[in-house]
Parts: sequence; structure tokens; C-alpha cells
Amino acid sequence: MRIREPFKLVAVGMIGFWLIAFALLPNLLVVIASVLERGSDEFVAFALTLDSYRRLLDPLYLGVLLDSLWLAGVTTALCLLLGYPFAYLLTRMPARWRPALLLLVIIPFWTSSLVRTYAMVIILQTNGWLNQILLGLGLITEPLELLYTEPAVIAGMLYTLLPFMILPLYAVLEKLDRRLIEAARDLGAGRVTIFRRIILPLTLPGIIAGCMLTFLPGLGMFYVADLLGGARTLLVGNLIRDQFLSARDWPFGAAASTLLTGLMLLLLWAYYLSSRRASRGALP
Amino acid sequence: MNEPVIELRNVSKAYAANTVLRNVNLQVCTGEFLTLLGPSGCGKTTILRLLAGFEKPDSGEIRITGQDMRTLPPEQRHVNTVFQSYALFPHLTVFENVAFGPRLKGFKGAALGERVMDALRMVKLEDFAGRKPGQLSGGQQQRVAIARAVVNQPQVLLLDEPLSALDYKLRKAMQLELKQLQRRLGITFIFVTHDQEEALSMSDRVAVMNAGRIEQFGTPRQIYEAPENLFVARFVGEINNLPGRVVAAAPPRYDIRLHDRVINLRSKYVFGVGDRVNILIRPEDLRIWREDEGSVEERAALFPAAVEEVIYKGSTVDLAIRLDSGELLSTTQFFNEDDQALINLDFREGERVFVDWVHDWETILPHEG
Repeated sequence: MRIREPFKLVAVGMIGFWLIAFALLPNLLVVIASVLERGSDEFVAFALTLDSYRRLLDPLYLGVLLDSLWLAGVTTALCLLLGYPFAYLLTRMPARWRPALLLLVIIPFWTSSLVRTYAMVIILQTNGWLNQILLGLGLITEPLELLYTEPAVIAGMLYTLLPFMILPLYAVLEKLDRRLIEAARDLGAGRVTIFRRIILPLTLPGIIAGCMLTFLPGLGMFYVADLLGGARTLLVGNLIRDQFLSARDWPFGAAASTLLTGLMLLLLWAYYLSSRRASRGALP
Repeated sequence: MNEPVIELRNVSKAYAANTVLRNVNLQVCTGEFLTLLGPSGCGKTTILRLLAGFEKPDSGEIRITGQDMRTLPPEQRHVNTVFQSYALFPHLTVFENVAFGPRLKGFKGAALGERVMDALRMVKLEDFAGRKPGQLSGGQQQRVAIARAVVNQPQVLLLDEPLSALDYKLRKAMQLELKQLQRRLGITFIFVTHDQEEALSMSDRVAVMNAGRIEQFGTPRQIYEAPENLFVARFVGEINNLPGRVVAAAPPRYDIRLHDRVINLRSKYVFGVGDRVNILIRPEDLRIWREDEGSVEERAALFPAAVEEVIYKGSTVDLAIRLDSGELLSTTQFFNEDDQALINLDFREGERVFVDWVHDWETILPHEG
């Protein structure tokens, strides 16, 4: 027993150090930078001001935010629409196939999502694979303009984020007690009623978790919009990156970043509330 | 009480290579309390699932109120199930759990509320309508499950080991409540259990099952007092089995040799001279004589034995006694207030005793394996 105490200390200490050094401190620096002035020689000048936040209220940036919310929202909705039946079917597969099928969902994680987005470019570009297949099949006579459109961006984000939707949904659907469905049938419920009144409410925590895991990254995913959408769509993620790397306006980029983080925290808080409500009624 | 509400004809069912039901025939009368009794894996739950519609028979026919059930899905059958795990909807309140069925039948507003509350009052849970199942005790959850099924006024109520998760006292109380409920509602109950005591005390009729077959179907008394084979005799209650051989036959009476003496006994089976038989005697039917009891002539007809173990059980004393011929028998002796020889049941281990039984209270079966 004695030997485990130092181990515990080291383990907790390492995690604590990691979180403080790489999560809390950087975020704190961003928040601090957001209330400072832009410097002429340095990136920031040490004078307090809310100027950056005032500039964020500009309708131009509001439009950027709305565009981002829209894009992330559409992506999340599509992920849910595709991911829910997918996860459901996965749980209905014979038990010995499930690990392998789940692995297929996870395998894309092994490749950098940046690389995979470049792969999407190759598929979608004017003389890309998709156009060549469609031309070859005689379905179209001229190559389609696929790349650098909003659908291309959505497709790219969908592809990157879908596993984040499938995995939490699979977790709740797997745990779903089949006997409850039998009980509902026994009481006279058809498929639609069973889904609406039993399956949907019981898997709601998974739905919310999946939406969080797709919507929040979707807001900040600048490279997908860059590579597949060209320069046409400016999203919050791109805006922040540009402020830091091109415009060199750190306070403004930090303010936008803080706003986005705040928005995400708000959503996470809502998720926490809803999951607490859901677990209160659950059987022990 | 006589037209059959449920009929199974030659029903068989297998999962892959595993046959769980073999040519089962069963008729259940309206308003009857029928128990399917058997060890786990005997197919009793499969019969319930066939009746509920969750499984389809491989062959044979199932009729409920004369209607062929072959193509009818569970949601359209007028039967309801009380599941072993209760299967209450964890996200719905007690009220909404019970209201689930009536809502689907179109009940709304005051009519719905009245119906649900009636069902909850019946199981004494009207004060718990707003709780979630997770906030109830096991016994209360059990009662919600019953209310949720009964509120639909089914023709048949299927109960899948509904009391197995409850502790002894609660189980006893629920047995009584269930029986009273069944009498009051007049619904046919099909009750599955592996607890023989539960089966005997609650049922109008019992079907004892083993390895996918119904071994015996009859009233609790028939099952206990006249078991039709060794399996039923052994599964329902405790029983002593003595091997004998027929030495003279005059059906229905036979002279049967048991060790060094011949006893004249009755059997509904037909035996020939030389046939081996099993003489089955319940522990409470064995009589123990102490060494100082009875005359020498009386004792000559008894079997000498020695007490091996004394188990005091409050209302009875159970003895394990070893016959001098080698068999170990279990006996149950009741404290008898009227016995002038005093309630002297303080047997000692190793004590010499004599054993016999009231003839014709035994069951004679053909020898099996």
C-alpha cells in the first residue's frame, strides 16, 4: 500500500501539471491578451482596453460568427442524421463483428485530419476522381465545380467529424436495454412510438454528447474551410488564425478566441445540466 | 372456467442446435392460475415468450381465445407481460409507466388519469405516481410492473419469475397479493418460476417442465402426492427413494420386496413379477419409533436405523437417518401437542430408531435409470 501513495502523487501531479501548463495557462494568456492593446514593436502593449471586443461587435464579424454557426450546425445535423442509424445498425450486428466494425470507424484517426482533407481535395477537384467516375459512368457530360463550394466544406467537415458523432451514440445505444423495447411492444407500441418514447429519450445524452463533439470542433476547424472552401468563406477559426499569423493583431484574435471559448463553455454547461437531469431518473 | 383461453399444440422451438421445446401441448382455462415450474433452461420462459409474441414456434400451433397467433406481433396481442427484470422505463415516472399502454389505446385526460390511478391504488402505490422507477424499492418496482401490465386489462397476464429478485418475506407477501389480485380480476395468469413452494401455494394447476417437455400437468396436490415420474417426484419437494422388486402381482395391489421383507402396496401402474420399482415416500410420511416405543412384535415389521443428523427447524425437526441396509432417508417430524408421549423430539445423533410409513401414502413408480 505504501508504494502506491507516491505513485498516486506522481500520476495526479503529472496530469495536474499538464492541464495547468498546456490548458489553463495558455487560455489565461489568451484572455489577458484580449484586453490589452495592440503593440507597435511587440505583439501586445500592456494597457488595458476593451477595444478588441468592441470591434467584434462589427456586423462584419457577426456575419462571420453566424456563418460559422451555420456551417457547424449543418455539419452536426448531417452527422447526427448519418451517425444515428449507423450507430444503431452497429449495435444490431452480431457481437463478434462489432469490434472490427468499430475499428473501421476509428482507423481514420490514425491519419492526420489535415492529410485526409488534402485527400478530399484530390477527390473533389475539377479533374478529380469523383468527376472522372461520374463522367465515366456517363451521368454528367461536363465536370462539376465541386471544390471551393460550401457543400465541399460541409462534406469535408462531415467526413472529419462523423466518428465523433458515431462513438458516443454507439456507447448509449449499446447500453440500451433491449428488454425495455420488448416491454414497450408488449404494451402495444409500434416502431415509431418505441423510437419516439423509449429509444430517443434514453439515448438523448449520447445525442447531445455527439453534437457537442461535432459542433464545437466544427466552429474552429479552419483548415477544412481553407482547403475545400478556398478563401470564399471566412469562419471564426480562419478569422482567429489570420489575426495571429497574418494581421498580427493578437489582442483582436485573442478576443475572438475568448468569445468562441466562452460560447463553447456555455454549450458544455447546458450539456452538463441536461445530463444531470437525465441521470436523476435512471435506475441504479 | 372451462373453455381454453390458451392452447399450445405440438409446439417445438430450437435456437440453432439447441432444442428448447419438444412437442409441447398445453391448455389453459379462462381465469386459471397456471404455473410453469422447472429448473433453469427447461423451456418455461420460452413458452411465455411464444405467448407474448417475442419468439415464433418452429412448428406447432398457438391459439389465444381461439385465434391463431402465428402472424400476430406482440403489440397486437391481448396479453401483457410482467418481466423478470421489471423492465420499467427509467426515464418515465411511475404514472407515465403505467399510462404507457392506455395512452396507446387512446385514453386521454381524466379517463386516462382515473384508469392509471385505479391500477396504482390496486397495488397500493397511488402516492408514488410522480416518482421515477430508480427512486423505488425492488418490491415497489415489482408492483409498478404489475400495475403497468394489468391496467391494459389483458386476457392473459404472463409473469416471468416476477418474485425472484425479492427477499423471502416480501416474496411471501407478494405471493399472497398476486393470488388475491388474480381472484379479484379473473384474468388468466401464467406464472413462471423455479421455486416449487411458490408453484404449489399459488397455482390452480402446475405444469412441471424439464428439458423442453412437460413432465406432469395437474393440480398442486396431484403433483405433490402423485408424481408421475422420478423427475417430478424429486423436483417438487423432498422425497425418499427406496428400490424394490415385485414378487407377486394382483393389480392394483402388489407384493413388493424391500430388503428382507415383503410389503403389500398399491400402484396405478401395471407391473409383472420380477419388475424393479421405486418406492417414493415424502419425509413427512415417514414415522420414527424410538427404541422404547411399541412392542417387540410391532417392531419386527419396522426397519431398523440410526439417527445421523438432527436439524431443528422450529415447527419441525428434520432427521437424516441411515437404514441398517444402507440407505440415507430424510424425515420430518412435527411437534404434536396432542401426543401424550410428550413432544419428545430431542433425538440424539447416533441414536437407534425404527422406521416405517403409513402404507398407501407412498408412490410406486417403474424403475428408472
